[in-house]
Amino acid sequence: MEFLQPATWREALEAKSAHHEAVPIFGGTDVMVEMNFDRRRPGYVLDLTRVPEIQVWERENGKFRVGAGVTYTRIITDLKNELPALAMASRTVGSPQIRNRGTVGGNLGTSSPAGDALPPLYASDAEVELASVEGIRRVPVGEFVTGPKRNVLRREELIWGFIIPEAEGPQQYAKIGTRNAMVIAVCSFGLALHPARRKVGTCIGSAAPTPVRAKEAEEFIEGVLAEGDLWETRGAISEAALRRFGEMVEMSARPISDVRGTAEYRRRAVGVLARRTLSWAWAEYRDGR
Amino acid sequence: MRLSCTVNGEKREVENVWEGESLLYVLRERMGLYGSKNACEQGECGSCSVYLDGTLVCSCLVLAGQAEGCEILTVEGLAEDERLHPVQEAFVEAGAVQCGFCTPGFVVATHDLLQRNITPSEAEIREALAGNLCRCTGYEKILDAVRLAAERMAAS
Ligand SMILES: Cc1cc2nc3c(=O)[nH]c(=O)nc-3n(C[C@H](O)[C@H](O)[C@H](O)COP(=O)(O)OP(=O)(O)OC[C@H]3O[C@@H](n4cnc5c(N)ncnc54)[C@H](O)[C@@H]3O)c2cc1C
Ligand code: FES
Ligand code: FES
Repeated sequence: MEFLQPATWREALEAKSAHHEAVPIFGGTDVMVEMNFDRRRPGYVLDLTRVPEIQVWERENGKFRVGAGVTYTRIITDLKNELPALAMASRTVGSPQIRNRGTVGGNLGTSSPAGDALPPLYASDAEVELASVEGIRRVPVGEFVTGPKRNVLRREELIWGFIIPEAEGPQQYAKIGTRNAMVIAVCSFGLALHPARRKVGTCIGSAAPTPVRAKEAEEFIEGVLAEGDLWETRGAISEAALRRFGEMVEMSARPISDVRGTAEYRRRAVGVLARRTLSWAWAEYRDGR
Repeated sequence: MRLSCTVNGEKREVENVWEGESLLYVLRERMGLYGSKNACEQGECGSCSVYLDGTLVCSCLVLAGQAEGCEILTVEGLAEDERLHPVQEAFVEAGAVQCGFCTPGFVVATHDLLQRNITPSEAEIREALAGNLCRCTGYEKILDAVRLAAERMAAS
């Protein structure tokens, strides 16, 4: 095994270009588990922790560019008001030790349907930036992840970061697990209100082969809000509409049964989470937040 | 490969480190620092907790080369000469140690918490220790120890 430790982003891209088989590592919270258990024995490991360029975030025209190497702990402390759903999701990841090392870049790299950082990215139409020595391409997160632990990253590419619009309204993230910490989601749900565009973004986690948006439910609730003039009046959403929203989210789920939960439970639970997160976010909106 | 880093204030250099091993392995098997414990090697138990450049991490999830040039503080580095750190004293006095296997990890994680927040709430204590498992104590005595350490450190 060879250990590569580039000091700049340019060097990192060159190393990946020279060694397509190199496995990138940042926080190691996925990679090291595989290596410690001998499930993975790569010829080259490419350590990205010395690359300063991916460990920063910046604001550009109402959007954030967050480097692949920004840890969950930093997202929670730096961006809790600007990216509330992502910060909430980050708070549910593992433990302090895991959040201190783990990154959204690594969560994207792993592309697990249970990855907690992913639903907030979907709900806000984030784009992933993929780079090689040839240049950078941007891919909507929903096209980046193609299946369980599969994505469109090419062998010569690295994840440079992601672009996500600053929250323009209340956002929520909720997750079901057997305890409050250190759990992989049984299922989860992310929601973002976009009042300026009169849109509602959603995403179901851990109840389909990839995170999935609940498109029909989004359109349904956008219709309810428009019809009742609720964006303007900040009036209440009816119980019936909230319930219907939850049911429509359930229909978008494609869950499986596994050790963490049955398909039936997951489907039911995402509907409940959807109804709750919408009512919480709408209550915030009504309060003028 | 060769690895150089500073461990508990002392410059250390070790030869023949295999590229695929963890910092935990280096600390225990190459440096003889057996305080950090190896239990799960998958980030679940926290018994291998150390500081890496001031940040609390699971050393089993740090690849050896990632520690090159870094400052590492392990449980062995918390006491000053013969005097235990107040967190260590509190664990002893509160009876927070049974078999002791989880103790180094809990001590380091508690040290990290109290460094950031000397008056933690009950919820903050539980959150800070969520990544550490104990199979013996049932946690109550550990929570007592954290409260005791916090009181004493705040008073001094
Ligand atoms: C105890 C424990 C608890 C956990 N709890 C949760 C949880 O609650 N929720 C959750 O979602 N996850 C959880 N995880 C999984 C893991 O922490 C996350 O997936 C995390 O986001 C991974 O980030 P990392 O920086 O550690 O990635 P790494 O392990 O360093 O890398 C992960 C993958 O991404 C690739 N990669 C990393 N950076 C790049 C890059 N810049 N370009 C291209 N590829 C890259 C790697 O090659 C690898 O395939 C947990 C893990 C552990 C050990
Ligand atoms: S041995 Fe590292 S967390 Fe258990
Ligand atoms: S005292 Fe035995 S595991 Fe905690």
